[in-house]
Amino acid sequence: MNARHKASVFAFLFLCTAALPAAAARIGELSETSISSQAFRFFTFQDPTVRYALIGTMLLGITCGLLGSFVVVRKMALVGDMLSHAVLPGVAIGFLWNMSKDPLAIFIGATIVGLISTGVVNILRQTTRLKEDTVLGLVLGTFFAVGLCLFSMIQHLQTGNKSGLDKFFFGQAAAISSDDLRFMTVIAIIAIIAIVLFYKEFLVTSFDADFARASGLPTQVIHYGLMLLVAFAVVIALQAVGVVLVSAMLITPAAAAYLLTDRMHRMLWLAAVFGMLAGAAGAFFSFLGPGLPTGPFIVLGATSVFALAFLFGPRHGVIVRWLKQRSRSHRVQRENTLKSIYHVLEHREFKGEGVSLRELAERRHETVEDAKAQADTLRRHDLATLHEEGNLIFLTPAGWQLACSIVRNHRLWELYLTNAAQIAADHVHDDAEKIEHVLGEEVVREIERGLEYANRDPHGRPIPSLADVHRGTAPAYRSEEPAGYGGKM
Amino acid sequence: MKNSSDEISQARLISTRDSQGSANGHGSGEVPLEIHDLTVAYHRKPVLWGVDLAVPPGKLVGIVGPNGAGKSTLIKAAMGMLPVSSGWVKVFGEPVKKNLKRIGYVPQRESVDWDFPVSVMDVVMMGRYGHMGLVRRPKKKDHEIARACLDKVKMLPYANRQISNLSGGQQQRVFLARALAQESDLYFMDEPFSGVDAATESAIVTLLHELRNKGKTLLVVHHDLPTARDYFDMLLLLNMRVVAFGPTKEVFNYDLLQKTYGGRLTILSEVAHAVRQKEDAL
Repeated sequence: MNARHKASVFAFLFLCTAALPAAAARIGELSETSISSQAFRFFTFQDPTVRYALIGTMLLGITCGLLGSFVVVRKMALVGDMLSHAVLPGVAIGFLWNMSKDPLAIFIGATIVGLISTGVVNILRQTTRLKEDTVLGLVLGTFFAVGLCLFSMIQHLQTGNKSGLDKFFFGQAAAISSDDLRFMTVIAIIAIIAIVLFYKEFLVTSFDADFARASGLPTQVIHYGLMLLVAFAVVIALQAVGVVLVSAMLITPAAAAYLLTDRMHRMLWLAAVFGMLAGAAGAFFSFLGPGLPTGPFIVLGATSVFALAFLFGPRHGVIVRWLKQRSRSHRVQRENTLKSIYHVLEHREFKGEGVSLRELAERRHETVEDAKAQADTLRRHDLATLHEEGNLIFLTPAGWQLACSIVRNHRLWELYLTNAAQIAADHVHDDAEKIEHVLGEEVVREIERGLEYANRDPHGRPIPSLADVHRGTAPAYRSEEPAGYGGKM
Repeated sequence: MKNSSDEISQARLISTRDSQGSANGHGSGEVPLEIHDLTVAYHRKPVLWGVDLAVPPGKLVGIVGPNGAGKSTLIKAAMGMLPVSSGWVKVFGEPVKKNLKRIGYVPQRESVDWDFPVSVMDVVMMGRYGHMGLVRRPKKKDHEIARACLDKVKMLPYANRQISNLSGGQQQRVFLARALAQESDLYFMDEPFSGVDAATESAIVTLLHELRNKGKTLLVVHHDLPTARDYFDMLLLLNMRVVAFGPTKEVFNYDLLQKTYGGRLTILSEVAHAVRQKEDAL
């Protein structure tokens, strides 16, 4: 371990030992109790601290989830981040107002400073050539730095009840008082009412601001109204989540909801529920040990929900996509086997219906074991029956139908490419190998119509007709018919 | 310095001389769109100069011109969506802000995020928002209108699809349906033919003619000259100023198109550049 490495470890340990217990000491009676008794204390809800913490974090989770949904679909995630950091000087000023942690003063201070920060962002954007992300980063840094200066100044003041002020950095749900809770309730209700009343205005300005303006909506007013609500959400979340992580509360539950649904109203519901669950989980876990900050637990709770949505989401989830991909490749493989069987039979002009494993293996350039595995798959899907101890494959009617339609797709597509797209006959096979599995019946019929019901592919082999596909037996063999290469499209 | 202001006044002269139809219109309440001496600047760089325009009712008007000619800017400014440096816009004889309800709009398809979590029906319903007023919810009548409009563009079967699953042509049909749902008398459309298949293009043309025959006035930004001649009753040739405005068969000629797409642009954009530099120096 080199010296620099050691130094950083010491710095980290110092932070843990110095900062966290300093916070823990003020929560009072939490120390020296076991995890199970803390958990018991949490779930009995007897302790008002627990009740306030739980209800408070759930309320802020709902508020942040709802407003965060609009932040996410309006692509304003960076704005949320900026706002949540920039309110810090406002918290300090609110404290300095009457030298106590009065929720109203802090709320007003933080909201005003938050609005000033968005104003500064707008001025810089309109008067300079700087782009939005640069301006946001600049304002975030500046305001946060001012906040840190004010905070260190407050720490050195002799007067005032400074207890709980440090919770604004990492968040401590246990520090939520009944006054704070009353406040959070009011804000949550305001946010919910605003979203219910102005849902359609928020929706249309988020989706298509130009169109909204052209229909006479006051888009600027709506935008700043929404920003004000976001600022409210940030401020009530500050105490429990902390300045550093509030923006994650806006974004993570909403991002998880976004992955799960395609409708805005459902996204709002989901994000609110996710935010609420994350808040409750964070309050619980931070309660288990002395001095555990709430913010990281709430955010990690939200991240867990996001991870679940990412992995198991029914439509866009990774696992579903993987399963779909797998079932598609299995289907393609089955269809290719059927096609090979068809080719073998076609080669002997469909005389004698069974195909032996060896013939199939030769045709597919595989081992007999592989061919056997393929044959078993076909049998399991009722596409084929096996005879003579599994050595002879007979296609079922369903198997014939599928085989005919794949061969038909392949040959029609080849003919289409050579005739309509003027691609050389020796270039079309590989493309048809892929397309044959995805062509819909409607498209195939249209191609057939366009080719004037030609019955020979570019290599002179007969194309199974729709009647062949529906019959469910070997196609009528037409080796004697004159080769029709199809008309031009 | 003197030189550049001379150029500006000359440019104004050209535009007023060439824009036909600007003579009538004053006082008549039934002129769907009247624009007087409109100048628009982006970041202090003028992109539209002294536009005069009076569009008669019941016409399908194509707006053509090269890239950067200010076609989108003109329709956005006409709807009062951009700050203008000078001039005014009247819609049916009233300032545009008062008559937004009589305006329908099809923005450029690329201007929105098609992954947005809304259904086709949600988007078309947005066309009704202007008629509903703040806070109000869509009523039965709004739903009926939205469905009828979707049916009109043959997208009713897709009403409950999410918009990201649509092809370019389908997306454009949805935007048209939304504009139809606005039930307006004056329509602005920004490149409704961009990125659509041939079937959609002819369906849109039929629809535009239908609207025109009902007495609606339509201004359509279009970038394909050969089809412009067939599609539109009147053409507005635009290149930072109005080069010409009149019936298609009168203005679709070599000289005017040459003027629109040819060398004229360089002088104006140089002046625009000079103006900007002068202001920066101050």
